[in-house]
Parts: sequence; structure tokens; C-alpha cells
Amino acid sequence: MTAEPAAPTPPDRATPAPAAASGVTELFERARDGDRRALGRLLTYAERGGARADTVAVAAWPLAGTAHVVGITGAPGVGKSTLTDCLARAAGGDGQRVAILAVDPSSPLTGGAILGDRVRMGSAADPDGPFVRSMASRGQSGGLALAAMAAVRLLDATGHNLIIVETVGIGQVEVDIARTADTTIVAVSPGWGDAVQANKAGLLEMADIFVVNKADRAGAADARRDLEYMLDLGHRAGWRPPVTLTVATEGDGADELWKHVLDHRRHVREGSDHADRRSRHAAEEIRRHLRQRVDSLVEDRSGLSGLLAEVTAGRLAPAAAARRLAGELAGAAGASDTARAPEPDSEG
Amino acid sequence: MTATAETHAGPDQPVRVVLAKLGLDGHDRGLKVVARMLRDAGLEVIYLGLRQTTESVLRAVEQEDADVIGLSIHNGGHMTLAPRMVEAVRAAGMDVPVVVGGIVPEVDLGPLQEAGVFAVLGPGASAADVARTVRAAAAGRA
Amino acid sequence: MSIPDNHPPEAAEPGDEQDSLRREAQARWRAAYEATPRRDGSFETMSGVPLAGVHGDPPFPGEYPYTRGIYPSMYRSRLWTMRLFAGMGTAADTNRRFKKLLEAGSTGLSTAFDMPTLMGRDSDDPWAVGEVGRAGVAVDTIADMEDLFAGIDLGDVSTSMTINGPANIVMAMYIVTGERGGTHRSRLSGTIQNDILKEYQAQKEYIFPPRPSVRLVTDLIRFTTAEMPRWHPVSISGYHIREAGSTAAQELAFTLANGFAYVEAAMAAGLDVDDFAGRLSFFFNSHIDFFEEIGKFRAARRIWARWMRDRYGARKERSLQLRFHTQTAGVSLTAQQPEVNVARVATQALAAVLGGTQSLHTDSYDEALALPTEKAARIALRTQQVLAHETGAASVADPLGGSAFVEWMTDEMERRATEVFDHLDKLGEGSILEGVYEGIANGYFVGEIADSAYRFEREVNAGRRIIVGVNAYTEGDDGDTPILHIDEDTEGRQLHRLAEVRRRRDGAAVTDALERLAAGAADPTLNLMEPIIDCVRVETTEGEIVSTLEGVFGTYTEPAIV
Repeated sequence: MTAEPAAPTPPDRATPAPAAASGVTELFERARDGDRRALGRLLTYAERGGARADTVAVAAWPLAGTAHVVGITGAPGVGKSTLTDCLARAAGGDGQRVAILAVDPSSPLTGGAILGDRVRMGSAADPDGPFVRSMASRGQSGGLALAAMAAVRLLDATGHNLIIVETVGIGQVEVDIARTADTTIVAVSPGWGDAVQANKAGLLEMADIFVVNKADRAGAADARRDLEYMLDLGHRAGWRPPVTLTVATEGDGADELWKHVLDHRRHVREGSDHADRRSRHAAEEIRRHLRQRVDSLVEDRSGLSGLLAEVTAGRLAPAAAARRLAGELAGAAGASDTARAPEPDSEG
Repeated sequence: MTATAETHAGPDQPVRVVLAKLGLDGHDRGLKVVARMLRDAGLEVIYLGLRQTTESVLRAVEQEDADVIGLSIHNGGHMTLAPRMVEAVRAAGMDVPVVVGGIVPEVDLGPLQEAGVFAVLGPGASAADVARTVRAAAAGRA
Repeated sequence: MSIPDNHPPEAAEPGDEQDSLRREAQARWRAAYEATPRRDGSFETMSGVPLAGVHGDPPFPGEYPYTRGIYPSMYRSRLWTMRLFAGMGTAADTNRRFKKLLEAGSTGLSTAFDMPTLMGRDSDDPWAVGEVGRAGVAVDTIADMEDLFAGIDLGDVSTSMTINGPANIVMAMYIVTGERGGTHRSRLSGTIQNDILKEYQAQKEYIFPPRPSVRLVTDLIRFTTAEMPRWHPVSISGYHIREAGSTAAQELAFTLANGFAYVEAAMAAGLDVDDFAGRLSFFFNSHIDFFEEIGKFRAARRIWARWMRDRYGARKERSLQLRFHTQTAGVSLTAQQPEVNVARVATQALAAVLGGTQSLHTDSYDEALALPTEKAARIALRTQQVLAHETGAASVADPLGGSAFVEWMTDEMERRATEVFDHLDKLGEGSILEGVYEGIANGYFVGEIADSAYRFEREVNAGRRIIVGVNAYTEGDDGDTPILHIDEDTEGRQLHRLAEVRRRRDGAAVTDALERLAAGAADPTLNLMEPIIDCVRVETTEGEIVSTLEGVFGTYTEPAIV
């Protein structure tokens, strides 16, 4: 019963494939005019990294910076996707242009992934609903955080003023992504277990807003009380994270959650450390790019492989090898600047 | 221009495939099995699941920049649903191939391919067949 | 007819205390056996060896915990019911098929509805395009139900209706159809599937969220308990759980858990367990692993009896007896070399009979390709007749009882199911109903089923499990099996019919009835059957009733568990 693919019947060649054949600049213009397909393709470029991603980033950076970025994280099963959907609806109803970036882990064994968040986001299928993009972690921790940041920047530059980044709060990468948000929402569900896990993962320290989702269940009031108690013990100066209850599946509590986000946005924007926070985020991003660049330089052009034999044979200590390589890279840095600059847009 | 000669996904990039069922039919066993097969073959599956429309599938394909659409069809709806999806993709000016999984009688295979369906995977298709076919579909895309 | 009884249940050594218990059990069984009628047929082998009604050890068939069967004489009194499923095209088309079946001596009608009807959508709903009348009959209003049963005395037949989400609406239509034909609801006899929990777990034909849906199930149980003593208000179905990919033990466990959940819901609604439990029935799958299936059926009876007595306090014998319908496993049929499916179906049907089923549907060999042709459906029925009349399988109750392997398998199925009950009981903090709700919400059921389906698929793929004609012995598939093609005009005729009803009916009366329904739905203590019956009387469509209820109850979308 298996039909082989109709010999050479690739998709209709008569129809030009506009997105693929266009250059980044043109795609970017179209995305700014609201072309979802162009934006979809640019996100792919941003996600993959490399020269094209740099071109996308260069185009997006001057236009980005106005959106408010909300990170939503929490343990698996607390209902993050539904909560994200819920918040997107409330914000959309309040006139925001919303985009959602849903990050899920790839299989560490095969690199594949099943990205199912759209199913839980009813608004994803709504013609006037938010722009939703699913992103797999693809097993590269540093790369994921950078890819997510690049995607956020792009969504920002293309007219979305509220960007929600949803991650599973179980790994360092997810925590990193959430940390770069302007407002971080940590979701828990009723029952001490989650709060304890959240604490262990360091989620509690980074929360700007706590949500007890599934609040129609027993234990919701206890979970809220426990969180408030922990906040009583100490929180960042100037902002005590509110603890709010939602039943995301019913949309209950969405408006209040949105109000908390607005409050926190005002706090952040009017706060004395606003400029500081922005520059911290930028510095963090520069460092990440730098680390990635150094990593690839080390792989590509340092004499690492040559030195390895000496190190394993015991003739050279690892620290000494690193010192020698660092010197070589420093010498090559000036030359590599031009060699590794973003390539001009070659497919325009 | 190397960019047009290489597959869209590129040799090292995971193929992204949207999996969905159109219409009311709720048999999703096959769709779920295929989702896992593709994940385990290293593809990224954007799982839409049950009760999708051609519009909601298109919307996902645009936003997710998917390389392939996989439709699971039972209940004998293949002759209406699959061509309708192909038409919708073309009408939107897109070039994303449609692969159909499910029970399709032999006599309908020809007409489906004429209607523009890239391939049909029957109940005997192995995990390797499924992954190979989806990759082939993605490779044909500019 | 004389009762050959040359091999009574074996006697043990005399003087033993166990022996006296055994003799008491034998005497009880014999008395019960003799009190039951005997069907025509000879209970001896084809070589003329006379056969006893039962062999082996107590507890005997007809005795708690009913592992060996719910009747002492089993198929010696009455063969299982051989059910045929009909439903295709418009109501008038199916009506003609029903009449043919009745003329041929059938007394039970089994109705399949099309997908839009099953999902609570009218034939003119955009979602219905291409599905109207295709896999069953389209029923939009009472007018269609009247067409479906035109010229059939509903007091004389037993009707089975396979529908879940909109079960209350279809039940209401059947009641009003009976009324208009002169049969009061108290005389209507039959079964409606009405098992919504397995929809969230497996078949996915849900409409509203679980809790209001279970309220609708409970409303129907309460209503039939009070007013329709001959009606079976729920057929708790493992069939679809298995088709979705579960193992035998999961099918057993999830199905019985759903049964316990309905019992808890009905008791919470104020019913006495013995007032309704006897009219609950079950519907299982018979798959290809022969002894596992037999163990599953036997374990199901034992578990149900124990739980009903010990956990739910049922006293009446009937409340403890698990009755079930069986269908052979559609999912086991192959599209490759489809004739070979006749052998699969026969084996599965034999497992159901040896497992003590009350009724049986055998699949047609061509069902992996399309809806069955008439010839294929006839072969399926003939397969049951061969088992009933030629094989001798119907001569002795529980013929495999006492086999070390079959008894072990029965115990093993029970043990595995008990693990699931323990899990659900814990999830629900002492309530299986709450545990099932939680298992639906957190993806437990769909996740377990998907895991099993994938494991099976990988075994087939790796060649560790052989499917004849699929991954072994593949030569000889000529691929020219004739298949059934359906009249494409059904949809047009049904749309015309629906438009006509919408034109002629009293629109104000419809609005009025729907408003009262919405008000009733908002009050959880109210039974919605009468308000739904009122809607049906004034020709409100199924889709209108469903939308009104969705306005109050909401619409369910499943969490994505892949």
C-alpha cells in the first residue's frame, strides 16, 4: 500500500517559492508589513545561526527594543501553554500585538522533537490570534539561548509589542532564557511539591510574578500561602512579586495576570534601574555571542587538535595548552575580524 | 547560487513537519505513532493533532516555516480532504509538499498523485519508509 | 431433550472437608443448571460422546465471582447474540436495511451514526462536509429518527445505538419516535453506548468537558432507572481503548475503572447501586493473542463482581454480574492479503466465545480497506454460525476453566488491572471517578495508550512480531479485493431534508425550548432529559441542542500528549 513518491514530482515548480528565493532584506521588509510567511522564514534563519542569522540580527537590532518580553516557566504539567494562551488572549483583547515563542526540549538521543504546544493554544488557530512559533532546543545549550534571543529581537522588530517566551523550567538553558525577559512569570500548580521543585531550580529567585495555576483544585490556597511566606522571608528591593491564581483552561484569572504584567512593566520602565537592566541584558547577549564565537574559533582554527596529543602524553598540562592557544587566537583576532564578518546577503 | 540547490532544511538542519488530521474523525493512533517515528528519526514534528482545518494547518506551516505537511486520514475522506489541502497550499502561493498517511485503496493512489499529493503511506509503511518519504518531500522543496 | 451428564464435576477423595464443600457447590450448580431452559442442539461430540454442562472446579459458572461465566448453563440455554451493525446514508436507506434484517428473523437492530451526528453537528454544518451519511446514518432531527424506524414497532425490537457525546439527544429522539408510534418509553428496549469517559481516553468523540459530560451520562442513568426499565443506559466500552493501541490489561483496567466511575457518579446523584448496576453492560475487544484475551474476559467478570460487592455494597446478584458484548479487533485486520483476515476474525471470535461473551460482532475481512461489502459481511456472520453449530465450543460452559495456563493468565490480567486501579484510586484520593478525571486531565490515559501503540509498532517494524502478509509471507497480495463504493448523493438528499424541516417548524417554539434547556443546564441538580425531549418534540436539531449546551458547559479540547 505504500506509494513511492511520484517519481520526480517535487512540489509545483511553476509556482515560484517567494520566501525561499528572496533575500533577507526583502523578507525583513515583508515581515514588517505583516507577512507571516516571511517572518516564519526569518525565524528559521535566526534559529540556525551562522552568517544569515547575523544578517537578520543586524537588520532587526535597530528596530527592536520597544516590545515587552514576558518569560513563562515552570515544571512540566503546570499548564504553561494554556496559561500562555490565556495571557495572550487577555493582552490581545487589550490591544497588544502578541507573539509567542514556545521552547521545548529535543530528544537528546535523536535530535528530533515533538512540539505540541500549539494544540494547547487555542488562539494559535485563530486568524487574528498571536504569531506562534515552536522552537526545539536542538541540544545546543548556548546556541538555544542565543537563538531564542535572536527570535525575540526579530519578533520585536516586526511590530509585536508583547512577546511571550514559554520554556520548561527544568534546565539551566530554560532558566537563562527566562532570565533575559523583562518580566518572568513562574507558574506552579497546587501542592507543595511544585513549590519545592521551583525553589530547587532557582525559579523562585527569578520570578517577577507567581501564578498558581489550576487554582480550582485543592491546595491552591496553601500553595499561595507558602509562596507568600517565602516572599516574607525576603525578596528583591522595590518589587514584591505578586502571587496570583488562575484556572487557565477556563480563562479565569487571565485579566488579573495581565494587569500584574502591566504593573511590572510600569515598574521596570519607570524604575531607576531601567537603563541599567537593558544594558545588563545587552552585555549578557554580547558575552554569549562572544563565547560562541570563541568556541567556534577554538574548534576551527586553533591548534587544539595538534596540542591534544602532547597533553594526553603528559608532556603538556591542560592549563599550559590553553594559555598557548589563547595567545595564538589573540594574535589571529585582528585578521579574523574581516574574515568572519557577516557575509553579504548572497541570495538576494 | 548554492542556496537553491541545497534542500531548504539543509543537510544538518532538522526537517520540520506539521502533522494534523482534518475534519471530525478522531482516530489519532496513526498520527501519534508517526509523530514518534519522525522524532526518533531526528525530525522536528509540529503536532497539531485532531480537528484541524486547511486554514489552521496553513497558518501553522507559515508561522513554523515547516518543510512538509503530513495528514493522517481514515474514514475514507482522503479523496476530498487531501486535494483540498494541496489546493489550499497552492492558493496561498506556497510550495510545501503534502504527504498522506492512512488506508487508501489502490485505485485512489493515481488520482491523489495527480491531485498533487507527494506520497501516500499505507498501513504497511515502516518507520524507515515514513522518515525517508518525509525527508524526500522536504528535499524536493526549494 | 435429555441432559447428558456422564462427567459431573470431578469428585475428590471422600471424607475431606473440601470435598463436602465441593459437593455442595456441585449440588448448587446442578440445581441452578436444571432450572434454566435448554436450547435445541445436541450436547455431545461429533463422535457421539456425551458432554457434561461443566467440568473442573468450583466456583462454577453462575456463581460468585463469576470468573467462569454469569450463567450456570451458558450457551446451552441460549447462544450468544450475533449482532449486525447497520447504518449508512440517509435514515430512509437504513430503514430499508433494518426491515430486511427483521424479515430475516433478526430481533435486534444496531445503529451506526455518521461522524457529524456522533460529534453533535448538523448535516449542514461546515465541519460535516464530505462526512454526511458516510460511515453511518445521518440524524439531525426527530424527523430523521422517525424515518429510521418507520413501519417498525419499537415495542417489538431491541435497538442498540452507538453514540456517546449526544447520547441524551438521540435517546430523546427515540423516546419521542416511540411515543408517536404508540410505544410508551417504559416499553422501549435496547442499549445506548453513552460511555463518554473512553472518548477522552481513546476514541476522541467528545464534545463538552468531562464533568458536565458525566452529568449527562448520570442524567440518562437516572432517567432510565425511573422510567425505562428495559433500557441499558451505558455500554462501558474497552473496544475503542484497545483499537487506539492499548494492551489487553490496559483495556481491561481502563474500562472497568470507567465502570466504577459511572457507579460512583450515579451513587453520588442519589441512586441506590442495586437500582441501576444490573443494567450496566460492557463492550470489549477480542484481539489476536488468544489466551490473553480469554484471561482478560474471565478476569473482567471476577474484578467487577468483587468491586461491586465489596467496594460499592451491591447486593443483588445481577448487579455483580458483568455482561458484555464483544467485537473482533478491527485494528488487527490487514489491508495486505485481506482474505487472511477471515482466519484472524475466526480466532478472535472463538476467544470471545470461550471467554463467555453475551453477544458478538465479527468484523468483515475487507474492513481495513473500506466499509464491508455484503459478501464480506455475510462471511463474518457465517464465521459465528460455524463456531456456534459446528465446533462444539458452545456445548460446555467455560471449557478452558482449570487449565493451568488460562487460570494463570486470568490472575495475571487481574493483577495488572489492580495496579492501575491503585494508581487511579491514589490520583483521586479514594475516588475512582476523581482519579479518572485527573488521569484525563494529566494525560495518563492517552500517554499510556500511545506508549503501548508505539511499542507494538516498533516490534512489528523490527520484525520481532510477525504479522502475516505485512512483515512476513508477503507474496501473493494481488490487491484486487472488491470494495464498497457509497452513493455520493446522500449528502445532497440529507441537506434537502434538513432544510425542509428548518423551514416548516415553529421557530419560536424552538427558541423557547432551547432557552429552557440552557436554564436547566445551568442548574446541576436538574435532570436534562425532559428539557431535551421538549427540544426534540419541536424539531430542534441535534446541532442546536449541542451548541446551547456548549454555551453553558464549554467545549473540550484535549491536552496534547503525543
